[in-house]
Amino acid sequence: MTPTLVASRTALPPEGAAPPKGGLSAELTPTLVASRTALPPEGAVPPEGGVSAGPHHAGPTPLLDVRGLRISFSGQEVVRGIDFCIAAGEKVALVGESGSGKTVTALSLLRLVQNAAISGQAVFQGRDLLSMPEQALRGLRGQAISMIFQEPMTALNPLFTVGEQIREVLELKQGLAPVQSEKEAIKLLADTGIPEPQRRVNAYPHQLSGGQRQRAMIAMALACQPQLLLADEPTTALDVTLRGQILDLLASFQAQNGMAVLMITHDLNLVRRFADRVIVMESGLIVEQGVTADVFARPQHSYTRRLIDSKPVRDGAEQLPPAGAPALMTAQGLRVVYPIPLPGFKGWFRHGEFVAVQGADFSLPAGQTVGVMGESGSGKSTLALAALGLLPCSGDLQVAGQAWGMSAASNRAMRREVQAVFQDPFSSLSPRLSVEEIVGEGLSVHEPGLSLLARRQRVVQALADVGMDDGASPARLAELLQRYPHEFSGGQRQRLAIARALIINPRLLVLDEPTSALDVTIQKQVLLLLQRLQRERGLSYLLITHDVDVIRAMAHHILVMKDGHVVESGAAAHVLAAPQHEYTCALLAAAS
Amino acid sequence: MFGSIRVSNSIKSVATPVSLSPGRRAWLRFKRNRLGYWSLLVFCMLVLLSLLAEVISNDRPLLVRYQGTTYFPIVKDYSEKTFGGDFDTATDYLDPFIRERLSQAGNWALFAPNPYGSKTLNYFAKEPNPSAPGRDNWLGTDDRGRDLLAQLIYGFRVSVLFALALTFTGTLLGIITGAIQGFFGGKTDLAFQRFIEIWGSMPELYLLIIFSAVFAPSLALLLILLSLFGWMGLSDYVRAEFLRNRQLDYVRAARALGVSNWQIITRHLLPNSMTPVVTFLPFRMSGAILALTSLDFLGLGVPPGTPSLGELLSQGKNNIDAWWISLATFCVLVLTLLLLTFMGDALRDALDPRKAEK
Repeated sequence: MTPTLVASRTALPPEGAAPPKGGLSAELTPTLVASRTALPPEGAVPPEGGVSAGPHHAGPTPLLDVRGLRISFSGQEVVRGIDFCIAAGEKVALVGESGSGKTVTALSLLRLVQNAAISGQAVFQGRDLLSMPEQALRGLRGQAISMIFQEPMTALNPLFTVGEQIREVLELKQGLAPVQSEKEAIKLLADTGIPEPQRRVNAYPHQLSGGQRQRAMIAMALACQPQLLLADEPTTALDVTLRGQILDLLASFQAQNGMAVLMITHDLNLVRRFADRVIVMESGLIVEQGVTADVFARPQHSYTRRLIDSKPVRDGAEQLPPAGAPALMTAQGLRVVYPIPLPGFKGWFRHGEFVAVQGADFSLPAGQTVGVMGESGSGKSTLALAALGLLPCSGDLQVAGQAWGMSAASNRAMRREVQAVFQDPFSSLSPRLSVEEIVGEGLSVHEPGLSLLARRQRVVQALADVGMDDGASPARLAELLQRYPHEFSGGQRQRLAIARALIINPRLLVLDEPTSALDVTIQKQVLLLLQRLQRERGLSYLLITHDVDVIRAMAHHILVMKDGHVVESGAAAHVLAAPQHEYTCALLAAAS
Repeated sequence: MFGSIRVSNSIKSVATPVSLSPGRRAWLRFKRNRLGYWSLLVFCMLVLLSLLAEVISNDRPLLVRYQGTTYFPIVKDYSEKTFGGDFDTATDYLDPFIRERLSQAGNWALFAPNPYGSKTLNYFAKEPNPSAPGRDNWLGTDDRGRDLLAQLIYGFRVSVLFALALTFTGTLLGIITGAIQGFFGGKTDLAFQRFIEIWGSMPELYLLIIFSAVFAPSLALLLILLSLFGWMGLSDYVRAEFLRNRQLDYVRAARALGVSNWQIITRHLLPNSMTPVVTFLPFRMSGAILALTSLDFLGLGVPPGTPSLGELLSQGKNNIDAWWISLATFCVLVLTLLLLTFMGDALRDALDPRKAEK
C-alpha cells in the first residue's frame, strides 16, 4: 500500500467517501457497469441525502446499521452488544482474534448461526435483518447480501461443477434461462481471472487449485451484484502469494460494483492493504473503530495496540551466534519419495513415485536456526518428518554424526537429541491423557528408572521452563499436572508441546509451523519463548514455516523450497535483503 | 458446512474449577440425560434381580424347619423320606402331601415368592395346560404346564448373560482386528479387508442350521458361531478411528519421542478410538438378545428345556388362544430392548464430539 493512497483515503470522512468513490469507479469502467446495469440494479446506489438513522451517524443512511447486537449460545454470550454501520461502497474490516465473536457476527447478519439466541437490530436498507420473516431474508441472501467463506473446498459442493453452482444462483435469483446463465457463468469466471473459463465451468471443485476455488466462490457470491459482501477470512486458507491476488480481485470488483465489503480477518497486513475502516473486536465487544490509517497510526485501545504490536520480532537480548559452530545436523542430497498408485494394470504390481523432496542440502550449526520456507505442497513438512526419522529417505542425513537406522532401539539415542513441535495445538496433545502423562512421556521412554517423585519434579520443572506458571508459585504448577488438554488455550497447549519435547533435553528441535495456528499476540509470546530457550540452552531449531515474519524473527539461515526443490539458501539477512530467485522475491513481496 | 469456520472458542476457554478427564465428562453428560440414566439403573436392577432368580422363583423352599431340624433345600437335595414321605427320591415340595407335612404344628417352610422353578411341571394343577393367569400361576402356564413368570425370569437371565458374553467377545475381536488393520495399514490392511469381504459373505444362517444338525445344540456353540460373524461391523469402525488418529500430531510426537508401537497403540490410539465401541455397546447387546430370540423361535437356538424368550414366542404362536404367553413375553422383550435403546441413545449423545464442548 502506498502512502499517498492513505492520505487520499483519510482525507475523506468514511461515510461520505463511499458513494462518490463508487460513482467514480463506475465512470472509470463504463463497459462493465453498462452490461451490469441491465440487471436489476435494486438499491445499487444508496438513497441520496437520506435522513440520519443511527445515533452515531450524521451522514446519509448507512447501508447496514447494526445496533445492540447480542448473540449467545446456550447461555454463553459471545457477542455482547455491538453497534456498527457500513456505508454503501465501503470496505470495512472486522478484526479480532479467534473467539472474539467476529465470525458469528457476520453469520448472524444472514441468520446463518444455529442454536443461537440473537437480539438487537441489523437494519439493511430500512429493514431489520434479524426480525424479518425467513422468506424475505431468503430473497436477500445471495442477492443483496452474499458471503464468501474461509475454506473454498468445503464451501463448494463437491458433487456439482462450479458452473452449475454459479448458474444455480443466477437462475434462482435472476430467473435467467439455462442458456443465458451458462454464458453469464463463463463471463463471471473470466472476470475473476480463471484461465480457460469455458473449460473450467465444467470442472468439479476438486479439479481446481485452492486459489481457483476461491475465485469460483467469489464469482458465485458476486453473481447478482450484491450491495454487501460478507467475506469471512477469504484468504486464510490460501498460500501467501495467492492472498494478495484474491484481495486485489475483491478490491477491483468492489471498485466496479460499488458494493460494500465486510471483511473478517485476523491478518493486519490485509486490513492495512484493503480496508477503508477497521472495527476491532475483543471477546464479544467492539473496542475500537475508525479509519484504517488512523487506527494503525494512533491506536486508542490497549488491545488494538497489542494487536498492531504483535508482529514477531527478534529478541533484543540475542547475540550473534559464533561463526564456525559445529554442525549438528547435515543433509546431502536428501530425497524423499511417496508411493503413488499407477493407473491401469501396471498399478497392481508397482507403485509410482511422487518426489516430495529432491536433493536438499543444508547444514544446521549448533545453537542456531535454519528456517525452511515455502508454500503448501513445497515439501517443507516432508523435510521436517525426514529430519525426525519418521519417513524413509535417501541421501545422507546425519544428526550429531549419526544417521537414522532401521531398528527402533538404535534410533532411541538419536531421538533423545532430536525432538519435534507440531503445528496444530489441538491435535498435538492426546485428549485422554493428563498433562503429567503427556509431558512425562519422554521420561518413561528415555529414563525409565526414574522414580515417580523425581519424574513429577522434572515435569514441573519443564512446565516452569516453558512459562506455564506465569510467574505463579510451584504449587499452582503441581495443580496443572492432573488437568487435561481441553482445558488449555491454543498458546498454552503449544507450550505444553514444547515442554514435552524439552523434558529429555534434546539438542535440536524440529518446529513444524509452530505458531501458524495461533492468534497473533500468542504467536509473539511463543516465538519469544523459543528464542529465550535457544539462548539459554544453545538449542538448534529446524523451523518450518510459510510466514516470512516468523522467519525474519527467528532464522539465521534460510532454505526456500518450491515443489520439492531448494531454490535458494543462505544466511537469513542476506536472503531477506537481496533475494536472488524470483520465487523468493514473490514470497517476500506477498508478505509485506 | 460450518465445520471449518473458526466460530468462537471462548466457550472452551472457560476454565472448570475441577479437572475432569474426558471419560468422566462423558459420564456426566450421560447422567444428565435422565431417560438414558434411569434406563441404565432399571436395566442393571433387572439384571441383578434375574441373577437372584433362584431366590425369587423356585420350586424348593429357601428354608425348612421340620421337627426341630433346619433344612436348606435351596442348596441341598433331601429325599422325601426326610419329610415323612415314602420314596427315597428328591422331594417335590409342590406335592400336597409334603405341603401338609410341612405345615404341621412346629414345622414351617419359607417359599420363594413365586414357588416354581424354570423347569417345574406342576403335576398338581387344577386346570389343563396352558392355564390362564390365576392365584396358582400369576401369569399362567405354558403348554407344558411350566409357570410362565418363572420362564420369563430365567429366560431373561439367559438372554442377558448370553448377550453380555456375545457383546464381549464380538467387541474384543472387533477391536483387535480393527486396531491391527488401522495401525499397520498398507498390505496388512488390504489383506484383512479382503478376508472380511469373503468372510462376511458367508451365509450365517445356513451355517447355523448345518452346525445345529451336526453338533448338539448348546449356548456355547451359539456363542462361538455368532462371535465368528459378529466382529466385522465393529472392526471397520475401529479401523477407521485408528487410520484417522495415527496420523495426528500427538502420535507423530510420540513416535519422535521413541515410544514403542505397543505403547502408542495402548496409550494413545486405543483410548482415543473407543468412542464408536462404547456407543455401540447397548445396540450390540439388544442385537444379541434379538438374535438369540429369533434363533430360539426358529428352534435353532438353545437346547430344549432351557428357558428362552424365543421358545415362549413360538409357543404363543402355536397357542393363539393362550394370549398371556405371547403378551407377557412380548412385554418383557419390548421393555428390555427399549431400555437398551434409550441407553444407547444417551451414550451416543454423551460421546458426540460436537456436543463434547458443552
